[in-house]
Amino acid sequence: MLIINCPYCGPRDQSEFSNGGEAHVKRPDGSKEIGDREWGEYVFIRANPKGLFYERWVHTHGCRKWFNCVRDTSTDEILVTYKLDEKKPNLNNFKSVVKTPSGEPEVGSGNFTVEK
Amino acid sequence: MKKKYSIFSLAKNALSGHKEWPKMWRSPEPREFYDVIIIGGGGHGLGTAYYLAKEHGLKNIAVIEKGWLGGGNTGRNTTIIRSNYLWDDSAHLYEHSLKLWENLSIELNYNVMFSQRGVMNLAHNEHDIKEIKRRVSANNLNGIDSFWLSKEEIQKKVPIMNTDNLRYPVLGASYQPRGGVARHDAIAWGFAMRADEMGVDIIQNCEAHQIRTKNGTIEGVETSKGFLRANKIGVVASGHTGVLAESAGIRLPLQSKPLQALVSEPIKPIIDTVVMSSAVHAYVSQSDKGELVIGAGTDSYNSFTQRGGFNIIEDTIRAMVELYPVFGKMKMLRQWGGIVDICPDASPIISKCDIDGLFFNCGWGTGGFKATPGSANVFAHTIAKNEPHQINSAFNLDRFASGRLVDEHGAAAVAH
Ligand SMILES: Cc1cc2nc3c(=O)[nH]c(=O)nc-3n(C[C@H](O)[C@H](O)[C@H](O)COP(=O)(O)OP(=O)(O)OC[C@H]3O[C@@H](n4cnc5c(N)ncnc54)[C@H](O)[C@@H]3O)c2cc1C
Ligand SMILES: [Zn+2]
Repeated sequence: MLIINCPYCGPRDQSEFSNGGEAHVKRPDGSKEIGDREWGEYVFIRANPKGLFYERWVHTHGCRKWFNCVRDTSTDEILVTYKLDEKKPNLNNFKSVVKTPSGEPEVGSGNFTVEK
Repeated sequence: MKKKYSIFSLAKNALSGHKEWPKMWRSPEPREFYDVIIIGGGGHGLGTAYYLAKEHGLKNIAVIEKGWLGGGNTGRNTTIIRSNYLWDDSAHLYEHSLKLWENLSIELNYNVMFSQRGVMNLAHNEHDIKEIKRRVSANNLNGIDSFWLSKEEIQKKVPIMNTDNLRYPVLGASYQPRGGVARHDAIAWGFAMRADEMGVDIIQNCEAHQIRTKNGTIEGVETSKGFLRANKIGVVASGHTGVLAESAGIRLPLQSKPLQALVSEPIKPIIDTVVMSSAVHAYVSQSDKGELVIGAGTDSYNSFTQRGGFNIIEDTIRAMVELYPVFGKMKMLRQWGGIVDICPDASPIISKCDIDGLFFNCGWGTGGFKATPGSANVFAHTIAKNEPHQINSAFNLDRFASGRLVDEHGAAAVAH
């Protein structure tokens, strides 16, 4: 289980939060005509990287506010949480621990907390 | 030479302490070029190679697997097999598979331990009852064995179940007698062995790094054992399919999440059918060794850590103990997770794509073990003919543009 640092309330147990999937997804703004395919991509396709991932959480059983997060999906390590109006952090600031696209990290899931 | 398994070969090998069994497949070094490369040595990938060789006469085929055969979800699942899906497209696909399961041990001359002990899906409220009865009717119209069981009939089949004294009482169930369970590893090994005999190269410890394309056509795949050229590539890598698709510039509507299961210490036979409940999310069967095989849910967030959150296990155990108070004092032996690739409509993708020669078989999410032979069979057809089989034509990628989804969320009883 994760400990998630709510930017408003501080570190809390994961059971207080709900996950909201990929962050920073932009709805087509209507400035140009787009086809079914582009709409389909917007509606159905979300990033699914093994490694660093921008995602959203909501502190459902706390302050009920939404916020963003960078998490490594290969280890579940949460690298940073930030408010919705803050700039999205550059992923180059973080080290990716998977060497090949579908490789396994050297320390297994959860173990990064022990390692550090 | 075709390996034969029988009571005699078992007796003969017992005399030599089971040390003389021949290897089930060769492990060759990869060749430079293949007509078809299958990425992913789970049941679906190995089965695809088997049917490509057997039904479509292709011989120059490789299956590359980054770990060991069946080490993905094939070897991690709770092996529930059924075909009582709501929508026609799904019913046809899963029933095609169930029919293949029924003959598979004979076809492969290898015991996949398919045990048709029946599958029950419980109803716990008024809505469940309506939904399940509707599904039972749809199944019957599709010629699938499926019927409604009253509470009394459930009590007779599963006397240890607590049907009344719980928060969500058991009000009835759907039942498919031809459903059941099978041996997870056996289907991977059986397909691998028979594909190998037809000349398919099965290459373990060979990770695909990048799919290479040129002018919209497939060139080959970079692997940990070098670059392998190919005319066609089929990606069957469950949770990792999206990652590989990305390497070819294709975005798939998949999200990868851990799904967990656990087994108990072995006990004497106590439950002789499979019972699933989507409302309280717990399902159980008993293995031939006597362990209870218990399935839990997925984590709410994307992850590739093959382990899953403890809160998920807690929820499932809570439901199990309420439904079967007699299990309350049992010890659990092992717990694990597998990374499942979930599609927005909870249905699979068995499809070609914009790149010539590139095919995907994925999106099986939490429930693709039952589909293994059927999916492999129609995927082989799709690759060989560059066209889908009638049975998988609805499961194309275009549906996410046209909106013609096969929405099995909730419709399929529980998602396994
Ligand atoms: C806990 C759990 C319970 C389940 N219960 C059921 C159930 O009761 N009934 C049911 O029908 N289904 C169930 N499922 C789902 C079922 O297990 C899967 O849908 C099915 O096994 C998928 O088979 P596959 O061959 O497509 O994938 P896998 O068996 O996962 O095979 C994919 C293979 O690809 C390999 N691979 C990945 N990346 C690469 C790469 N880059 N290069 C080379 N190889 C690679 C992996 O190592 C893996 O071996 C369950 C799943 C889980 C995790
Ligand atoms: Zn908060």
